[in-house]
Amino acid sequence: MKPVLLMDFGSTYTKLTAVDVESETLLGTASSYTTVQTDIGEGLQNALDILEQKTGKLDFAERYACSSAAGGLRMITSGLVPELTAEAAKQASLGAGAKVIRVYSYELTKKDVAEIVASRPDMILLVGGTDGGNSECILANAKKLSQVDPICPIVIAGNRNCADECEELLEKWETHVCENVMPKFNELNIEPAQHEIRQIFLNRIIQAKGLSKASELISGIMMPTPAAMMAAMQLLAEGTKAESGIGELVAVDLGGATTDVYSIADGMPTQSNTIVKGLMEPYAKRTVEGDIGMRYSIWGIVDAAGIDRVSQLSGIAPERAKEMIQFLSENTETLPQDQEWENLDFALASLAVETAVARHAGTIEQVYTPMGLAYSQIGKDLTPVRRIVVTGGAIIHTKRTGEIAAHSLQNPNQPGSLRPVGAKFLVDRKYILAAMGLLGQYYPDTALRIMKKELVEATE
Amino acid sequence: MEKKTLVMGVIGADVHAVGNKILYHAFTAAGFNCVNLGVMVSQEEYINAAIESNADVIVVSSLYGHGELDCRGMREKCDEAGLKGILLYVGGNIVVGKQPFDEVEKRFKEMGFDRVFGPGTPPETTIAALYEDLGVQPPEETEE
Repeated sequence: MKPVLLMDFGSTYTKLTAVDVESETLLGTASSYTTVQTDIGEGLQNALDILEQKTGKLDFAERYACSSAAGGLRMITSGLVPELTAEAAKQASLGAGAKVIRVYSYELTKKDVAEIVASRPDMILLVGGTDGGNSECILANAKKLSQVDPICPIVIAGNRNCADECEELLEKWETHVCENVMPKFNELNIEPAQHEIRQIFLNRIIQAKGLSKASELISGIMMPTPAAMMAAMQLLAEGTKAESGIGELVAVDLGGATTDVYSIADGMPTQSNTIVKGLMEPYAKRTVEGDIGMRYSIWGIVDAAGIDRVSQLSGIAPERAKEMIQFLSENTETLPQDQEWENLDFALASLAVETAVARHAGTIEQVYTPMGLAYSQIGKDLTPVRRIVVTGGAIIHTKRTGEIAAHSLQNPNQPGSLRPVGAKFLVDRKYILAAMGLLGQYYPDTALRIMKKELVEATE
Repeated sequence: MEKKTLVMGVIGADVHAVGNKILYHAFTAAGFNCVNLGVMVSQEEYINAAIESNADVIVVSSLYGHGELDCRGMREKCDEAGLKGILLYVGGNIVVGKQPFDEVEKRFKEMGFDRVFGPGTPPETTIAALYEDLGVQPPEETEE
């Protein structure tokens, strides 16, 4: 036996997953309440005690960690045109596992800079212009930022022709120059910036977040938890040399405050006469719906879907549903106790999944041209995707997982939404996906085989 | 010499892709850095692409007769977006039916287009205009 410990430091919980990499089995999982303010080591020790009560004493050969503690990796991005480089910067940051606090486009104002300073980001991503293209905007923004005291590292990933000049302007700041996120018009190149973001997170942010206290207990890599989740999904979809993956997939992580959606799929048009519009989207794409969550963002679900649909799906009268939702928004730790509350959570989870996946997926519309019917597609076409992975407390701790997950599929009322047409739903019942993303950095075959074994199929 | 950048595409609901490809190859061979937006391009897409790529000229094509509607307000939008004075070219079957070209040219020039090309214009004509307006010379290696 060779036990490996995978740790996920969250803002409120430390989650542990123990695996034996020799037999490729899951030994156990445990979680414990923690606060970074006290000592992260204490929360870890509590969680370890709980884990070892279940598994017996384990002598871990290796320990790896990911973290979303202290707000996760909080980033500000600044680009030129909102739909182009500003969007590319946002995609790059989200894909690197960041929480994007705000996206700025065009030139920053003094007020914007004051806002940036006040919001205390962990990192700023500064982009703008294609290579050889616009340089005025990024230079102006670098200059504006150079007039205030440095607050965090800046990644410069804009027009390469003015990268040196940006660096000189920002000499007081810690700067990292990397390849342009959009070197040519509409050509997305976000991996170099993502790599840089992860490196900085590793080298710098972890200390600042007080996580180094736990570092003597950790033998390798710290990444933001969403980046670990993204890595797990990519591994599961693509497979390794030794073990095949399950193919293109969509994953939904329904949380209390946000809902994250991942797609590992090329998203190219599936019908002829289709013209793709807008910025090319990444093959591995992550979106975060900050207004869609089961507790802190519960009203966001109602705003997006309407109280009538909540009422219809839950079978609870609108007035009563509103009262219950108000209660849950004020008592965020509440878990459903009886059938009525379960029905409400079912409706909310279903609508959260529907809204978040609809926002993630592309859209298509018919265009009548003098040459006949054509289609205009924006974003990714996910209709051919046949695997949907679901995780998050409200989905995995209910018997109606399949029904909730089915709301991620295309429905006749929204024909323009390019969501999967029909799919198999895979449930992360033991909440191990982020841990498998971490393990996959060292033992990809093992992590993949454990995922394939532990993800259980749900039916509608 | 620094290459000049042009943004090109077929405007509106027009899906004529072949001429667009031919022009792209002709302009590239003539020494321009081409940002080709393809077919069914909106005014906003040309403008956004021109901002990011710091383009010198926008070349609008239209083959399906609705070019006049599609092109209206484009100059004003460029001004609004900070692309003051950017060269705007338009060409193709840009109006409905057969109309005297001098009238068509006049209308498009009033809309703010710097050059207007009628049906059947060979790429060489447009390229010659680009060299003249941008004050550049053909690249030496274009001789075949």
